[in-house]
Amino acid sequence: MSDALDVLDQVGKWKAGGKGVAIATVITTWGSSPRPVGSQLGVDDTGAMVGSVSGGCIEGAVVKEALAAIADGKPRLLDFGVSDEQAWDVGLACGGKVQVFVEKVN
Amino acid sequence: MKAETLAALQEARNKRHALALATRLSDAAETLIYPDKALGAQASDETLLSAARRALEIGRSETVDVGGQRIFLNVYVPPPRLIIVGAVHIAQSLAPMASLLDFDVTVVDPRRAFATDSRFPGVKVMQEWADEAFEKMGLDRSTAVVTLTHDPKLDDPALEYALKSEVFYIGALGSRKTHAKRKERLAEAGITEEQFARVHGPVGLNIGAKSPAEIAISILGQIIEVRARRLEALSAPKVAAA
Repeated sequence: MSDALDVLDQVGKWKAGGKGVAIATVITTWGSSPRPVGSQLGVDDTGAMVGSVSGGCIEGAVVKEALAAIADGKPRLLDFGVSDEQAWDVGLACGGKVQVFVEKVN
Repeated sequence: MKAETLAALQEARNKRHALALATRLSDAAETLIYPDKALGAQASDETLLSAARRALEIGRSETVDVGGQRIFLNVYVPPPRLIIVGAVHIAQSLAPMASLLDFDVTVVDPRRAFATDSRFPGVKVMQEWADEAFEKMGLDRSTAVVTLTHDPKLDDPALEYALKSEVFYIGALGSRKTHAKRKERLAEAGITEEQFARVHGPVGLNIGAKSPAEIAISILGQIIEVRARRLEALSAPKVAAA
């Protein structure tokens, strides 16, 4: 939990500094997954990150979607897992599945 | 996420208040649920509120289905806090170990020679009497209190205060004999046997700990156990009375 709150702190600072910001949150997990439900990743409009939603395996893909959310303002629901062919690319090596919600901070 | 929502989450953290944020996944509509009130898009949806209050109680975030809508309940609970009474040798092991476990650690001791920042790098140190320090901090359900001074003048008022609060763990250093005497003294101060039973004494798990660091591990092991059992009990399905 303290992790999540550190993310909010940094997100607040970015926001106060006039940056576009998005928050990604792990909302569901199946099987073994590296980060529990509620884990958050903050992303600013330059792609800088704070926090994590995995052990580092899906952050790249999440940042890409976060930048898109900052640009168009629309929330996104992302699925990552081994049953999804695309996920082999971003690679959840642990074999678990996670669902990540990405939204812009307005 | 709205900027006001972010501000509310930060404020709750600073005040050590629990707060749940419900986000409707279809449109990112937000509802803030406090233990005693709710604000936002679905603030009058009773099904959602009761799910959120349960999540708050257990301290666990989850996605729920309310009226065919998927809603993510993100629970923000204050980080567990450990207050160590007595800036003694064992505290010098206990404080950094508890920090590693993500406890927000405060060491309290009115004695100037003990309560110094240099003895406790990176930890909050309050050079005050425990009951006065507790009054300022406010003891809540995410707090554990351990007394280590061996001195009734310092330990007893701390225990007395902690026993009247909702803290999830109270431990007191001292042998069985010391603990029995402590019980007698606190009984004179009006603490009943039932109330006193909340005090773990002799403190810590019985793992044959001898050195300060070993004793710190036995204390933290016990705190982890008490906390885990409590969360387990809270999240167990409620069995209806026959």
